[in-house]
Amino acid sequence: MINRILHSTEGRLAAITLGVFVAMAILVPDRFLSPANLTSMAFQFPEFAILALAVSVAMLTGGIDLSVVGVANLSSVIAALFMSHFAGDGQGAGLLIAAALLSLSIGLTAGLFNGLLVAKFGLPPILATLGSGLVFAGLAIAMTGGSAVMGLPPAVAWVGNGTLLGIPVPLVILAILAAGVGWALKYTAFGQKTRMFGANPLAARYAAMGTERVLLKVYGLCGMLSAVAGLIVMSRANSAKADYGSSYVLLAVLIAVLGGVNPYGGYGRIIGVVLAVLSMQFLSSGLNLLQVTNFAREMIWGILLIAVMLINLVSFRSKP
Amino acid sequence: MKSFDWKRNEVLVFAVIVAFCVVAAFSDPNFLSIPTLTDLMRNSIVLGIFAVGAMVVLVSGGIDVSFTAVAAFAMYATTVMLRDLAPDMPWPLAFAIATSIGAALGSINGFLIAICGLPTLIVTLGTLSVFRGFLLTFIGTLQISNLPPGMRDFSRWMMIRGTNSDGSFYSLPWAFMALVIIAAATWVILNRTMLGRAIYAIGGAPESARRIGINVRRTQFFIYVFVGALAGLAGIIHASMARISNPFDLVGLELSVIAAVVLGGARLTGGVGTLTGTFLGVALIVLVRNSLIVIGIPSTWQSVTIGVLILLGTGLPAWQAKRAEARAA
Repeated sequence: MINRILHSTEGRLAAITLGVFVAMAILVPDRFLSPANLTSMAFQFPEFAILALAVSVAMLTGGIDLSVVGVANLSSVIAALFMSHFAGDGQGAGLLIAAALLSLSIGLTAGLFNGLLVAKFGLPPILATLGSGLVFAGLAIAMTGGSAVMGLPPAVAWVGNGTLLGIPVPLVILAILAAGVGWALKYTAFGQKTRMFGANPLAARYAAMGTERVLLKVYGLCGMLSAVAGLIVMSRANSAKADYGSSYVLLAVLIAVLGGVNPYGGYGRIIGVVLAVLSMQFLSSGLNLLQVTNFAREMIWGILLIAVMLINLVSFRSKP
Repeated sequence: MKSFDWKRNEVLVFAVIVAFCVVAAFSDPNFLSIPTLTDLMRNSIVLGIFAVGAMVVLVSGGIDVSFTAVAAFAMYATTVMLRDLAPDMPWPLAFAIATSIGAALGSINGFLIAICGLPTLIVTLGTLSVFRGFLLTFIGTLQISNLPPGMRDFSRWMMIRGTNSDGSFYSLPWAFMALVIIAAATWVILNRTMLGRAIYAIGGAPESARRIGINVRRTQFFIYVFVGALAGLAGIIHASMARISNPFDLVGLELSVIAAVVLGGARLTGGVGTLTGTFLGVALIVLVRNSLIVIGIPSTWQSVTIGVLILLGTGLPAWQAKRAEARAA
């Protein structure tokens, strides 16, 4: 049984996640397990978890989306400009809903633009999203002149800092999105096609699968997920800025790979991505409590990424 | 002479550069002058050395995003070493140390990619964080503005120096020769040695390369060590020219460098890429970074412009290839 668990990527990851949690709980027991720390963790990780979901979906097709942070910032900057323009005296709940819809549609448009570049024009996904990411981030800079957009209505704070039945709202959003994306990938024709395309694009094309439509949908979905992450970041910072979270691209790719998504496409499970996010967050909070600097944390993330790939490699080779 | 192909990236990029210069010359008559040229050349040194390395990796079918972290590491570690241990060391020795540190870090990439066979993008994303994290945690975070005398001497060593008719000074440091030498050496390796043929071959088709007896692993290992060494050298030159060694410098430049190389016609899928194209790409990126304002585009639009150039520069050839394929089918 234990052997079987340790032989699947997700099983190993669950063991690592548990290991990190236990290690941190032993090293800094009073502070790591304190309700304050656990709550603060629950508010912290959803934003980059959602970006990692987006990158994972693109990776399933054998592509990648490096523009996720660019899309997140562009959509949140536009939403923030929209809200600060119309903000009145009230709570602005209606305005928030309108702004959320606006930012989702911008995310979708940006994602479809990526999809078009990859599917219609045949650009390699790395370059298409690298270039479009610069364009999206650049548009956000051009619109704001590089400064933060402030003056948001009070209702905005609820998205990033509020709770729903005692559960942090960002965590609720993440749970809904992860469950939704996981379900779509597993049980719908779209999910089947996505994974088939990733496993073998040529075979998918010969199977008359309409590969262009699949890619458009995949990158459109990435764009919308990024926009949601952008909304959460905006709410937590109570402002929107063109260069928030620029290190999140790397982190999102790292989490996707850590979560067992095959960078060449075809394989990946949402549960793996969720476990990877949790292990990163435990590690990161724990190291923070141990007063390890941000730079050392960056180094540990890198080592973790390479180590997990090496372990996956060894266990892959040892399989009969 | 080979027949002239209008669809080549090099030609397109060259045309864009000429168009840029024509528009710039109309809006600012002072644009076409020696100071502009020496500025362009001076700003191309570090970016150009990076680009040569990035091009070799792309030709071999890989991608390296860690070279800026390698450069920052080699630069800062060498400066600290010189400051604390041997302040009077002459610059050639300091440059050799930085190059060796770069090569050593490159060999870590080489080990993971060539020997372990891990995907290049993910490995170098990981080592980017590791090198940078190690540098900032264990070596230091404070910038050193009081450089050792050897490095200071190098920065004062000018190839051309003069005064323009309007009284402004211009100069071109000897550091530019480093770029010329590296370009020449890389040209010889790529075009006149078996090693160069092997690099193009494994980028074009790794399996075929293996079957004709090329040692793919050894070639890949060499490539990442070579890129690391170039990055180390670029780093120390950067610090010498800026007269400051800042461990936070350089990282973040990697995407611009890859953009320049891709604009110059190197393909991400490997096997295709030229030095001419790479330098044209570098020139265009440097022009956009420095002189966008001259042609009337505000500098806040800089990153949009570079992004659009990448999309056009990679999109046009990709689209042509796709249409040609559709016609053939």
